[in-house]
Amino acid sequence: MTSIAYESPPPRRSLGRRVASFLYRHPRAQVSLLLATPLGWLVIAYLGSLGVLFAAAFWRLDPFTANIVRDPGLQNFKTLVENDVYRSITIRTVKIAAAVTLTDAVLAFPIAYYMARIATPRVKGLLVVAILMPLWSSYLVKVYAWRVILQENGALNWALSPLGVHGPGFGEVAMWLVFSYLWLPYMILPLYAGLERIPESLVEASGDLGARGSRTFRSVILPLALPALVAGSIFTFSLTLGDFITPNLVSSVQFIGNVVYANVGVANNLPLASAFATVPVLIMIVYLLLAKRLGAFESL
Amino acid sequence: METRTARIGLRVATLLTLAFIYLPLGIIALYAFNQTRTQRWPISGLTLRWWDKAFHNPGVRDAVLRSIEAALGATAIALVLGTLAALAVQRYRFFGRETISFLVILPIALPGIVTGMALNATFRTVLEPFGVGFGIFTIMVGHATFCIVVMYNNVLARLRRSSRFIEEASMDLGADTWQTFRYVTLPLTRTALLAGGLLAFALSFDEVIVTTFTAGAVKTVPLWIYTNLSRPNQLPIVNVVAVSLVLLSAIPVYLASRLTQESGILRRR
Repeated sequence: MTSIAYESPPPRRSLGRRVASFLYRHPRAQVSLLLATPLGWLVIAYLGSLGVLFAAAFWRLDPFTANIVRDPGLQNFKTLVENDVYRSITIRTVKIAAAVTLTDAVLAFPIAYYMARIATPRVKGLLVVAILMPLWSSYLVKVYAWRVILQENGALNWALSPLGVHGPGFGEVAMWLVFSYLWLPYMILPLYAGLERIPESLVEASGDLGARGSRTFRSVILPLALPALVAGSIFTFSLTLGDFITPNLVSSVQFIGNVVYANVGVANNLPLASAFATVPVLIMIVYLLLAKRLGAFESL
Repeated sequence: METRTARIGLRVATLLTLAFIYLPLGIIALYAFNQTRTQRWPISGLTLRWWDKAFHNPGVRDAVLRSIEAALGATAIALVLGTLAALAVQRYRFFGRETISFLVILPIALPGIVTGMALNATFRTVLEPFGVGFGIFTIMVGHATFCIVVMYNNVLARLRRSSRFIEEASMDLGADTWQTFRYVTLPLTRTALLAGGLLAFALSFDEVIVTTFTAGAVKTVPLWIYTNLSRPNQLPIVNVVAVSLVLLSAIPVYLASRLTQESGILRRR
């Protein structure tokens, strides 16, 4: 059959076919073609934008004309370090992000553990969907729901009034509560995946060696679940750090994001806004490096 | 290994956590049927009046159309770019392959305000001289940037699970690159594409932070809610829109999770 093919004149090949065989013979061309648009987009449009943003952090605003002066300097960062208001805003943001992360870790553990190690496969599947759906449902609606619940004549004060207790109202406590609520699914899912990966044999071995449930939990399950816990904490920490809408809706105090937002918009001080925006990014980079050392990236 | 008490305790904790997650959504759903205009708890009675008002509200209608438009555009862009990147990363070895996954995740891993600001500054300097102002196009571009990761992850996961050999078999049988893609790769990844597309749509439809920086005067549904929160008169309608938004985003997410459970043509045989 092959001999016939060789003797007959080669069939006329369409342009598409010729391009296809060129690509087949040149895998490099194939990769370049595949990657050109996505990388062009992400590198030029996105990384380029980020680059400009970080360059802008070193520019300054002319105090008289309010124009941007493009000679690089550290004056914005100096302002951020020396100004008490900015310093306390940074500390508050990090403090609440840490509190939220801790709260979510504690809240997520029992349900993740139940999903991973006790629930039947059917219940497990239902629970995953039950956690997944609120994770994807509108962020703004969830914050708004809490705003309605926390307000003076809202559901929380109504529920607490028989006990003679008054709810926290709007403020830092409300923020902590709402953030913990918002990011809880982001902690549950990685933790569930991490707990599910723990081999049953290790838990049994621990029991055979005489450890009680609490000892097994402390010495076997918790250390093995730690990378997953850290993976979840990347979300809870980072998402809190960069937020400005929740502080705006359930408190009257400011986060880093609020200052950035105000300086992009009303105050129109892009250099200062850019400089302040680098703060959560730097914190996250340090956090990610630590998380990487704890093996959290394999659990993402 | 868990004792009986531990099991019961964990079950109770699970139920309490679920209640904590769903209670606020339930409360807002009740408010959408609240008879009075004031947001007092407990609600005084039930009515469908606000649903009718919301349905006929021109601001809401416009916002819904805008959101759909933006989400469709963003999903389409992300679908193409995310799939291309996933195909390249899964099928070839090349320099910098590991960085691509990182690059794709970056827009969603960095705080939304950073992404928003960066895009805002770039659009202002690059697009405005060409007469392209802030509006639906800039929203699409902004959303697409962070939606790529969803498509990329879904397609990559599917490609990893499917065998390279069927594509080689297709080539051996005489199909060229295009035919192989059309008749083998595409059917293989179809459900993953659909699931990724649904999630990207849901992500774009709900996004608010990047949108505030890229929307200009255009109001998407979340932006409409955000601006109307400070108008007590509008709150009953906001409640209705809020509940609809939660219900609408539940549908694509549910469908996507169903689609990714059954894994294409290879497992069914």
